[in-house]
Amino acid sequence: MRREHRLNALILALVLAVPLWAWATNEPFTITLATRAVIFAIAGVGLNLALGTGGLVSLGHAAFFGIGGYAMGILASHAQTYTPLFEWPFLLEGTKSMPVIWLVAILASALTALLIGALSLRTSGVYFIMITLAFGQMFYYFMISWPAYGGEDGLSIYLRNSFPGLNTLDPIQFFALTFALLCAVLYLVTRLRASAFGLALAAARQNPARARAVGIDPYRVQLLAFTISGAITGLAGALFADLNRFVSPTMFSWHTSGELIVFIILGGVGRLMGPVLGAALYVVLEHSLGGMSDYWQIYFGAILLGVVLFARGGLIGLLVGREAAHD
Amino acid sequence: MTDAPVLELRGISRRFGAVVASNDVSLELRPGEIHALIGPNGAGKSTLIAQIAGTLASDAGKVLFEGRDVTGLDAVARARAGLGRTFQISSLAMEFTVLQNAVLGAVGQAGAGFSLLRPVMRNRVLVEAAEAALAEVGLAEFRALRTDELSHGQRRQLEVAVALTLRPRAFLMDEPMAGLGMEGSAAMTGFLDTLRQRAPILLVEHDMDAVFRLADRISVLVYGEIIATGSPDEIRADAAVRHAYLGEETT
Repeated sequence: MRREHRLNALILALVLAVPLWAWATNEPFTITLATRAVIFAIAGVGLNLALGTGGLVSLGHAAFFGIGGYAMGILASHAQTYTPLFEWPFLLEGTKSMPVIWLVAILASALTALLIGALSLRTSGVYFIMITLAFGQMFYYFMISWPAYGGEDGLSIYLRNSFPGLNTLDPIQFFALTFALLCAVLYLVTRLRASAFGLALAAARQNPARARAVGIDPYRVQLLAFTISGAITGLAGALFADLNRFVSPTMFSWHTSGELIVFIILGGVGRLMGPVLGAALYVVLEHSLGGMSDYWQIYFGAILLGVVLFARGGLIGLLVGREAAHD
Repeated sequence: MTDAPVLELRGISRRFGAVVASNDVSLELRPGEIHALIGPNGAGKSTLIAQIAGTLASDAGKVLFEGRDVTGLDAVARARAGLGRTFQISSLAMEFTVLQNAVLGAVGQAGAGFSLLRPVMRNRVLVEAAEAALAEVGLAEFRALRTDELSHGQRRQLEVAVALTLRPRAFLMDEPMAGLGMEGSAAMTGFLDTLRQRAPILLVEHDMDAVFRLADRISVLVYGEIIATGSPDEIRADAAVRHAYLGEETT
């Protein structure tokens, strides 16, 4: 456990150090890459609560990532054209304020996760994977065929949204914002995992019959985990849209869900920092291998295969060994 | 009215296709007693436990717990109502420590499963309840071990400890002695002997020495039907029981 704590601190320090170094040497593109990694990491940490701690392999988390993205896109596009979202039953204006957008993204994705979870959690195993995939794809095709917000072309937002006291267009300031959110999310997930709820969730994954025998309903515990998980991924979606100043239905595609799972597998399923390491590595490889070949994913696939075959606990498992039972 | 049964089965049945796993079973568990359920392999003892615990629905009949009809309740609700169950095949969270498994029981008992932010292993009330239960079954020194490192017998003891943390008003124990060995079996027998004062026990057990030492009453299940219920002496003397079950062992 001690070694894993030290490794976690090291990973976090590296994620912080690289963009600071890039800032000092005036390399804004590197800062943007790091921001991309941090945002992916937030989404992955969200998914890992359901997938790792809860054992709920969701292939539909793109839905929440996309909802977060469109929460930003829709609110900001109305704000930049000065048209209200609707006037009846009450007037609702768009907004360029990040905190408001985040709140909407979190609430909208939590509500969607609650509904999708309520239906999907009646199944398990491969059926759960398929039904969450189906829900994700429903959102994808809906967004493609909904012309009001750009349809297939997506939505461009000309200016990054604002945060009180910061210039969000400055890469290092926007990075700092996302990094702070990553730390907050990591803290929240750490607390959740160590709580009675976390214990119940882990028990429901290992042995649902055991949970029932002590009077804990696995369905309800898993539904709450899935909802929180979706909300965190939704927040990441809003940040991702703000990073690119662009949203498109691609955010909803099953590739996105798959990428989130890849971060987790690469870093270590159920490990707190697994998705952070996985996302950082993914972005580094995407950039370095992608620069060498358009078919970089073939090489990436080979690396992933190696991790799956030779490091069962992901890279973190490889570095610190089997997860010790905590007391 | 102090002798009103804590748990009562009224004519419960369950079929799997053509196989009758339990047929019109009626049974009472009275305050302060150990009621043993014995029968040859495949007689339907575990099916019956599952029907009482609520993990398996009954085709017919009623289950009453403390005078209340719980037939329509699922396993979670019955556990919360005060039925403490141990499984025939150890059913624990194997990645947890021994202590974590016991704390899980205490969490269930306290209804704290949705306490989101407070570190559960630093919750003194829950941890002390769990440690007390571990001490009672003799697992205190193994508290920090991962559950999958426990021996078969120790897992049975942990099953019982988790049931204790629930502070149930009736125990359903499916073969708690299995795999315990001579010494462990004797210790567990002594422990169950005192446990009956806290809550009555419906005990499924293959260890006949333990059954006849502990049980106030014994019911014999053969092919899903109860063929006799009575005191250990009555059961020993019962011709049908000797023929169906004990015959091969005692003569």
